[in-house]
Amino acid sequence: MNGAIDVAGLTKAFGRTRALDGLDLSVATGEVHGFLGPNGSGKSTTIRILLGLLRADGGRARLLGGDPWREAVPLHRRVAYVPGDVTLWRNLSGGEIIDLFGRLGGGMEPARRAELLDRFELDPAKKGGAYSKGNRQKVALVAAFASRAELLILDEPTSGLDPLMEEVFRGCVREARDRGATVLLSSHILSEVEALCDRVSIIRQGRTVESGALGELRHLTSTSVTAELGRAPEGLDRLPGVRDLAVDGTRVTLQVDNDRLDTLLQALTGAGVRTLTSRPPTLEELFLRHYTADAGQVPAGAAAGHGGTR
Amino acid sequence: MSAPAGSATLTRLALRRDRVMIPGWIYALAATAVGSAVSYRSLYADQADRTDFQRSTNASGPLRAFYGPIYDAHSVGALTAWRIGVIGAALAGLMSILLVVRHTREEEETGRQEMLGATMVDRRAPLTAALTATAAADAVVALVVAAGMAVLGESPAGSVALGLQLAAGGLAFGAVAAVTAQLTASARLARGLAGTVLGAAFLLRAAGDAGSTGGSSPLVWASPLGWLEHLHPYAGESWWVLAPVAGFAALCCAAAYALVERRDIGASLLPARPGPAGAGRLLRGPSGLAWRLQRGSLYGWGAGLLVAGAVYGSVTDSVGDIVGDNGQVGDIIERMGGHTGLTDAFLATVMGVYGIAAGGYAVQSLLRLRAEESAGGAEALLAHPVGRLRWAAGHLAHALLGPVLLLAAAGAATGLAYGLAVHDVGGQLPRLTGAAVGQAPAVWVLVGLGVLLFGLRPRAASAAWGLLAACVLLGQLGPVLRLPQPVLDVSPFTHLPDLPGSHVAATPYAWLILVAAAALAAGLAGLRRRDLTS
Ligand SMILES: Nc1ncnc2c1ncn2[C@@H]1O[C@H](COP(=O)(O)OP(=O)(O)OP(=O)(O)O)[C@@H](O)[C@H]1O
Ligand SMILES: [Mg+2]
Repeated sequence: MNGAIDVAGLTKAFGRTRALDGLDLSVATGEVHGFLGPNGSGKSTTIRILLGLLRADGGRARLLGGDPWREAVPLHRRVAYVPGDVTLWRNLSGGEIIDLFGRLGGGMEPARRAELLDRFELDPAKKGGAYSKGNRQKVALVAAFASRAELLILDEPTSGLDPLMEEVFRGCVREARDRGATVLLSSHILSEVEALCDRVSIIRQGRTVESGALGELRHLTSTSVTAELGRAPEGLDRLPGVRDLAVDGTRVTLQVDNDRLDTLLQALTGAGVRTLTSRPPTLEELFLRHYTADAGQVPAGAAAGHGGTR
Repeated sequence: MSAPAGSATLTRLALRRDRVMIPGWIYALAATAVGSAVSYRSLYADQADRTDFQRSTNASGPLRAFYGPIYDAHSVGALTAWRIGVIGAALAGLMSILLVVRHTREEEETGRQEMLGATMVDRRAPLTAALTATAAADAVVALVVAAGMAVLGESPAGSVALGLQLAAGGLAFGAVAAVTAQLTASARLARGLAGTVLGAAFLLRAAGDAGSTGGSSPLVWASPLGWLEHLHPYAGESWWVLAPVAGFAALCCAAAYALVERRDIGASLLPARPGPAGAGRLLRGPSGLAWRLQRGSLYGWGAGLLVAGAVYGSVTDSVGDIVGDNGQVGDIIERMGGHTGLTDAFLATVMGVYGIAAGGYAVQSLLRLRAEESAGGAEALLAHPVGRLRWAAGHLAHALLGPVLLLAAAGAATGLAYGLAVHDVGGQLPRLTGAAVGQAPAVWVLVGLGVLLFGLRPRAASAAWGLLAACVLLGQLGPVLRLPQPVLDVSPFTHLPDLPGSHVAATPYAWLILVAAAALAAGLAGLRRRDLTS
C-alpha cells in the first residue's frame, strides 16, 4: 500500500522506557487522520520519527513513499509540521518567524499569508517572547497552512486556542483536505476529531489498539442499554460481553458488545421489560474504554468484550 | 525585614539543584589556594628566595597587571595571597554571577517560576533564595580557604583575610548579578552584563597595577577588586576595605529588591518593543537565523575586547620603563630581556588573556546549538527542508570565525594604543593584530572538543565550559605547581608560541588545526546519527 504515511511494527526505546512497542499506522493520501491515545502513549514520539528527528529502533516507517530518516530534507519540502509545544525565538517577531519558515519551505504567497493572519487575528509585529500560548500556536499554524504542503502533521495543534479560533482552525483543515492534502492530527479534543477526521488510530503504551473509520469503530463496538425491569434481574454479570453493569433495584444500566445483544435481550425479557433505551456509545465512552482497558488488569467480562471488538 | 514567604524552601531547592556545581566550584577555588601555598612552601623556603621573588615580580609589569604587586615577602601566605587573592576574588565573583542568574532570571525565563509563583511564594522569595544560596557558597569558600591556610601553618589573621577576600569578591558580583537579572528578560544577557562589570573591574585594576607600583594608581581604587587587593592578607591586613565592598554589595541588593517590587514576573525593565511584521532580506535560512540569535553577543564581546585592547595597549609602554631607572632591580630587568623583552613578555601574556576570552565567546556561541536543541528551536527548523549539518553550520560559523574577529579586534586595539604611545602605529598595529589572531587555532581546538561533546553526549555539552576552565587553571597553576610538561600539554594554549617576541613555527598551528578538524568532524558525524533530545 502506498499511503501518505505507512508505519508498521515501529519500536523505539528511551533507555528503559519503551515508548513505541510495535506501532502500526497507515494514513491514506487525502484523508484527515486522527491520532489518539492517552498521555505518554507515544504519539509525539511517532511523529518525531516520521520527521526524522528521532531514529526508530526497529520496524518500518515510510513518509510520502520515502525513508523519513535518510530522505528527511527532500521529504520536508512536502510536509508542514505544528509541534504540540510551540517555542518561538524570543527576539524574533511572529511575522519574521512565519516568513523564515515560508522561505525555508520554498516561499509562500503574500496574499495567503495576509489572509491567514487576518483569520487567526494574529499580530505579526509582536516579539516571540511576548506571545501568549495560543498566539504562539497561531504563529506555527499560519506558517503551516500558508505553506500548501502535501502533508500536514499537527501534534495537538489546538490545545491553547479559544473556541472561535478552534472554528478557524477547523476551516483551515477542511480547506487543506479539499485541495487534496493529507492531515495527521494528534489531539485530545474528541469533538475536534469527530468533526474533522475521516479515520482514526488509537494507540496505547506504544501500540495501536484500534484503527478505522469513526462510524465503523462505533458500529463494531457496543451499545449502552438502560432498562426498567419487572423484578430484580439475576445473573446479568455472568453474561458474556456485558460491561459496566449497574443494578439499582429494578433499574439496570450496562454496556454490551453488539454481537452479544441478542443473549442480553433474552435475559432481560425473562425479567419483564417495562422500559428500554439503547444507544450507540458516545465518542467519549469509546475512547475512554480504549484508554483505560488493559487486558491483564480489568474484570474478565471487559477483557472478553474487548477481544470481541477486534 | 523578615524573609519573604517561601524563601527557605526555595533556598533548599536551589542548594539541592546545585549539589554538584557548588561543591565543584568550592573545591576548585580552595584547591587552587592551598595548592599554591604548598607549592610556594617548597619553592621559596628561604627568606632570601622570597625577597628575590618579590623584587623581580614587582619589577615585572605583566605580573603586576595580572596579580597585583607582592605586598610582603615574609611568609609563604603572603606570596599565596598575591597569586590567588585577586584572581580568586574574580573567580568567586564569576561563580556567584552564575548562581544568582540561574536561580532568578533563568527560572523566570523558563517559566518554572510562574509555577512556583502560583503557590505561596512571595515575589521577592526567588531573589532572597538565590542570594542566600550564593552567600552560603561564598561563606564556605572563605571557611575552607582560611582553614586550609591555617592548617599549613600560616597566620590565622592572614588566613581569615584571604578567605574573606575571595568571599567578598563573590558577594559583590553576586549582588551585581542580582541587579542585572532584573534589567533584562533573558538570562544570557543578564549573565553577560554582570560579567561585563566583573571584566571591567578586573581590567581597571590590572591597568592601574601595570602602570604603578604598590597599587597606588587611582584606577585600582576605582574597582571593587582593587579595594579587595588592598585587604593585604598576611601583609598587615587593612580590614576596613571590607566595609566599602560590603556597602557596594548592600546597595546592589537594595536596588535589586526595589526593581523586583516594580516589575511583572518574566518582564524586564526595558519595555518590549514590537518587531517588524515581516522578515528582512538577511533572515532567509539557518545561517541568517543564527546571525540574528548570535549577533548581540558578538557585539558585546567585541566591545569588551576593544576596550580591553585599548587599555592594555596604552599601559604597555610604562610596563617596560617604570622601574627601569631603579638601579636595584636593573639587572633583574636585564635578565628578563630589557625593555623590549619586558614589553613583549607583557604583550604575550595579554594575548593569552585574549585567547581565553575568545575561547569563552566560542564556547558560548557553540553551546547555542545545544540551547536551540533543548528549547525546541532546532525541532522547528529541522522539520523544514534543512539538514542537520546546515543547521549546525550557521552556529559553528560564529564559534569558529567569531573568535578570529574578536582576536583581530583586540590585537588591533592593543596595537593602535601601544603604537600611538611609541609613535609606531604602522609597525605595532599589524604585529599585534597578527599575534592576537595567532591564538585562534587553540580556540578552534576547544570548539572541536565542544562539538564532539555535543555530537556524542548532548546532555553533557555544557562540560565545554569545564574544558575552558581547565585551560585557564593549567595556564595559571601549571607554572606555580611546576606541573610536568605532558600535563601542561593537555591545554591547547600551551602549544602556541609566545607572540609577539618569539619565532613563529608552522608545526604547532598545523597540529592544533588538525586536532580541531578531527574533533569537529567526529562531533558532526555524531550529530547526524543521533536523536534530537530535549
Ligand atoms: N527524549 C525522551 N527521553 C526519554 N523518554 C522519553 C523521551 N521522549 C519521550 N519519552 C517517553 O516516551 C513515552 C511517549 O512519549 P510521547 O511524548 O510520545 O507521548 P504522547 O503520546 O505524545 O503524550 P502526550 O499526549 O502527553 O503528548 C513517554 O513515556 C515519555 O516519557
Ligand atoms: Mg505529545
